Amino acid sequence: MLEALFQYEFLQNAFIVGIFIGLIAPLLGVFIVVRRLSLIADALSHVTLAGIAASLLVQKTFVMGATFNPIYLGMAFSVAGSLFIEKLRTVYKHYQELAIPIILSGGIGLSVIFISLADGFNTDLFSYLFGSVSAVSRTDVWTISIIFFIVFAVIFLLYKEWFILSFDEEYAQASGVKVRVLHFVFIVLVALVIAASMRIVGILLVSSLMTLPVAASIRIAKGFKQALWLSVLFGELAVIVGLFLSYYLNLAPGGTIVLLAVCILIGAIVWRKWKRG
Amino acid sequence: MDDILRIEDVSFRYDDEDVLQHIHFRVPKGAFVGLVGPNGSGKSTLLKCILRLLKPQTGRIFLFGTPIEQFKDWHKIGFVSQKANSFNTGFPATVYEVVASGLAGKLGLFRRLKKSDEKAVYEAIDAVGMSPFIHRNIGELSGGQQQRVFIARAIVSQPEFLILDEPTVGVDVHHVQSFYDMLERLNKQHHMTLLLVTHDIGTITEKVTHVACLNKHLHFHGSVQQFAQLKTEDLASFYGHHLHLLAHDHA
Ligand SMILES: Nc1ncnc2c1ncn2[C@@H]1O[C@H](COP(=O)(O)OP(=O)(O)OP(=O)(O)O)[C@@H](O)[C@H]1O
Ligand SMILES: [Mg+2]
Repeated sequence: MLEALFQYEFLQNAFIVGIFIGLIAPLLGVFIVVRRLSLIADALSHVTLAGIAASLLVQKTFVMGATFNPIYLGMAFSVAGSLFIEKLRTVYKHYQELAIPIILSGGIGLSVIFISLADGFNTDLFSYLFGSVSAVSRTDVWTISIIFFIVFAVIFLLYKEWFILSFDEEYAQASGVKVRVLHFVFIVLVALVIAASMRIVGILLVSSLMTLPVAASIRIAKGFKQALWLSVLFGELAVIVGLFLSYYLNLAPGGTIVLLAVCILIGAIVWRKWKRG
Repeated sequence: MDDILRIEDVSFRYDDEDVLQHIHFRVPKGAFVGLVGPNGSGKSTLLKCILRLLKPQTGRIFLFGTPIEQFKDWHKIGFVSQKANSFNTGFPATVYEVVASGLAGKLGLFRRLKKSDEKAVYEAIDAVGMSPFIHRNIGELSGGQQQRVFIARAIVSQPEFLILDEPTVGVDVHHVQSFYDMLERLNKQHHMTLLLVTHDIGTITEKVTHVACLNKHLHFHGSVQQFAQLKTEDLASFYGHHLHLLAHDHA
């Protein structure tokens, strides 16, 4: 494997991107899960799918479009969707979770229309849905590393404020924390990370990379910092081992990674049971 | 500018219910004000207006002489909410982390905890008697213990003005007593200004310097001596039922 890693650029790309998203997806995921927004990742990934499908349509209809990287339109859709969710959450103050099914179904509807206009499924779309080891390009690597550094820097700088906001929104507001700005930054980052992760794990499985490692870590973590570290550890473990396995066994990486994450989750649950006797 | 808080003609209504009507109210520097009133009288609503969580339809509120719209020094204010333990009980945060989060406003954006801040966190936790639980997850504590953690979070930054909305709900008698003693100490020794919402009128008259009685209107606002001279009938009409103010004598 190691010599293959040195030999093939596509493998290098996949591993670099994998290590990046294995870190930021669970890291953001901790904040998503504790704020009970787990389904937001699902809603946004389906909006991202609409962006991807639109790109495939563009690639097909315009000659110039062939070189157009779908990640950009995917990102644009995802961010737009996140802003829309925010809007809906203020409109439906007492039913904030309503925003999620609205966006989710809107995203699927749009995707289906774009896909049918682009003449149905092709292998490209398939790789976006379920992830792919071979499809990651150097441009993807650059785009995703930029997202990685932005997300990492923001979490590092706004850690305190996000912690308060996640723990107790009213208290955050009362202590003068700019709740709306912070939340806005948060959801835009979520949108970016989803667009970044879909190359490897695939749109349908992105949200699980943000939630499964976190679900495992909060079973055993003492405190928030520990939950963050454990989530990242579990996320990286699932991604790296998953990529190896999928390369050797010729499996879709998304499914392999997610199944590993499920195994880790079961391990965490059992470990906690066993520890408590 | 000796008033920490000044409220001028504030009225607030939820969709169709007038909750606060023409409230005039002031908290002088160094005061310990007890705010009392029956359920639904608008006490929590008033506090939320002060903390900018709700916006009154009319009137003006000043903190440290500044209109709250322009007020920036929120770190000078500590707050314990009435429903503090309505947070997500599965939240993976230790007592230490929760109390430390009370320093965020004081530290400001991008800053991290220094050694002296960490010491303040330990002291605040000690002051509410929660040291043995410092590395426990907050969700694994009893309701009263959680409440004590939230009190520690409010005092850790040594605010100049501490606002407490029935902070002792669910806290046992022993810890309520030591909590009130602590408030008295903060007020007398650290010159912290306090605004305390409570139903425990008997106990607070021994500690507070001022009392305010709210029931949509502000019915009474004066020193604790003036309050003590109020007739039982006055209080009864205000509460809408008879009140045994002196029944706490045996304590
Ligand atoms: N979110 C809300 N929407 C509509 N009405 C509300 C809301 N919150 C409170 N009210 C109403 O406002 C009135 C005042 O409520 P508030 O919570 O300020 O009372 P309180 O004095 O704090 O009572 P308690 O002693 O029970 O804490 C109540 O009659 C209540 O029905
Ligand atoms: Mg109340």
